[in-house]
Amino acid sequence: MKDGVNGVALGVFIFFFLAVTVIGFMAARWRKAENEASLDEWGLGGRSFGTWVTWFLLGGDLYTAYTFVAVPAAIYAAGAAGFFAVPYTILVYPLIFTFLPRLWSVSHKHGYVTTSDFVRGRFGSKGLSLAVAITGILATMPYIALQLVGIQAVLDVMGVGGESGNWFVKDLPLLIAFAVLAAYTYSSGLRAPALIAFVKDGLIYLVIAVAIIYIPIKLGGFDAIFSAAQHKFATPNPKTGQPTGAIAPGHAGQWTYATLALGSALALFMYPHSITATLSSRSRNVIRRNTTILPLYSLMLGLLALLGFMAIAAGVKVSNGQLAIPQLFEDMFPDWFAGVAFAAIGIGALVPAAIMSIAAANLFTRNIYKDFIKPDASPAQEAKVSKLVSLVVKVGALVFVLTMDKTVAINFQLLGGIWILQTFPALVGGLFTRWFHRWALLAGWAVGMVYGTLAAYGVASPTQKHFGGSSKEIPGIGEIGYIGLTAFVMNVVVTVVLTFVLRAVKAPDGIDETSPADYTADAGDPGVITELPPATAGSAH
Amino acid sequence: MPESTEVKRPVITPLRVVIALCLIAPFVAMLWVGSYAKTDPALGGIPFFYWYQMLWVLISTALTMIAYKLWQHDQRSRTAPASGTSDDTKGGVSQ
Repeated sequence: MKDGVNGVALGVFIFFFLAVTVIGFMAARWRKAENEASLDEWGLGGRSFGTWVTWFLLGGDLYTAYTFVAVPAAIYAAGAAGFFAVPYTILVYPLIFTFLPRLWSVSHKHGYVTTSDFVRGRFGSKGLSLAVAITGILATMPYIALQLVGIQAVLDVMGVGGESGNWFVKDLPLLIAFAVLAAYTYSSGLRAPALIAFVKDGLIYLVIAVAIIYIPIKLGGFDAIFSAAQHKFATPNPKTGQPTGAIAPGHAGQWTYATLALGSALALFMYPHSITATLSSRSRNVIRRNTTILPLYSLMLGLLALLGFMAIAAGVKVSNGQLAIPQLFEDMFPDWFAGVAFAAIGIGALVPAAIMSIAAANLFTRNIYKDFIKPDASPAQEAKVSKLVSLVVKVGALVFVLTMDKTVAINFQLLGGIWILQTFPALVGGLFTRWFHRWALLAGWAVGMVYGTLAAYGVASPTQKHFGGSSKEIPGIGEIGYIGLTAFVMNVVVTVVLTFVLRAVKAPDGIDETSPADYTADAGDPGVITELPPATAGSAH
Repeated sequence: MPESTEVKRPVITPLRVVIALCLIAPFVAMLWVGSYAKTDPALGGIPFFYWYQMLWVLISTALTMIAYKLWQHDQRSRTAPASGTSDDTKGGVSQ
């Protein structure tokens, strides 16, 4: 590691950071609508985004700074097991091709802003909707915190902040980055991350393209890179006596690999921020068309993952695996291009952090504030509360990162993935059938949440006593699998069994305010709201 | 209800089976980890495990694209004989 501050890299980083700040504030004027005070405007960008904007927004949203740091870091640490991110993102698209257009249609027909809105409308259950909302908020908060961890990793490697000095000087850069992010999210809403996503993805694609050609040339080709990795993984871990990783997963790791890929794919579009980006698109077909072009990001992710092997071959030695890739960039690239790469990661953290805080704020406003605190809130009040909550969420994430150990954020993010998957039966089940009983869904959700949390708590790793990983033996099968998926299966079983029971005893069913045709409606159809006027934004249900 | 006036068609048609297969294929390929958990043959120095999965990014993209085109075709052929107010006719031209 170079000592001191890397001035050139820092200068380039600050240049890009200032540029996106200007863009963030100018975004408020981009595609401006007449009724800017409503939640649709601030929180869904007026629901007006076309194929390309949606593509950038979703890409900026799903492939976060944390992804860029964590996926190669996992490969760096354990090899093949970390590559599950690629099959995971392959499976996401056929999945969302099937259900997201239906969610888009029903949401635009009834003015739903969040998944909980839909669940309440479909099952007539405020309790179930509250469960979905709280799960969403809980799962999103640590995710935002991890974006900050991503920025911190970059700042650390540049020699800014770091471990020296008092806490204020150390954390000042992060505080500034965050204040700026909070200010333009507050003023521009979803439009800010949508515009900044263009810059972010442009930079990311540039950096990956250069890295994937330039670094292997410097390291003597992929043959040399993989034999260096092979050599490192074959060396046993002094603590456990086991090899530290593998180039291809052994038989024991295959269940884990497959269940992680499937479970994560099912969970991804349960996250509020993915749904926010989806609902902001202009029409049903924008979504389907997007599922055919979004995999470009998966390809990029695959290439990026290979950087983990390059870090091994380049002899990058870091105590914290999260720093492996930023360190690789600093070692390999000339200073100015390292600055570009760091800017890409830094901005890559800002876009999802903004969208996530908006999504969490929407959930709070629609499904807690409006449903339980102030049912007669006007659209303008909703937008105002949402803006404030997005600030609170971000400050909360900041406090989280600054006061607690980084591993806490990572543990919670791991738990968040397990939790959010438990909302799948209510949401996706509800999109296709009304057969599930609302109480059964609630019970299934509770079982999944409790099992998932306890199981994750009980996983130990060489460095941690609890939350040491996301995989555990699957009861009844005996293979090691992703806890989230096991919890999900239990959730579904409980839901189905209880639905039979509750139907048999004729437990009261909630009122379904949707009709079958709502699920296939498209922009331009009668009753489909593209730009919700303030008067109807809250009265559609 | 408008949908009651539409011509009744079977829910499962050969076209829809093809669409379903296009969408299911990536799951079979990717979840069957044993079929690709090996290092040989390598491609340009990259072990099989890695380039095969990246190849599947492209394959699954092509399959999803085919499914999308077939689905549009399916929707058009379904709504064409029905009245003009039907939902999905506008799907393909809403851009």
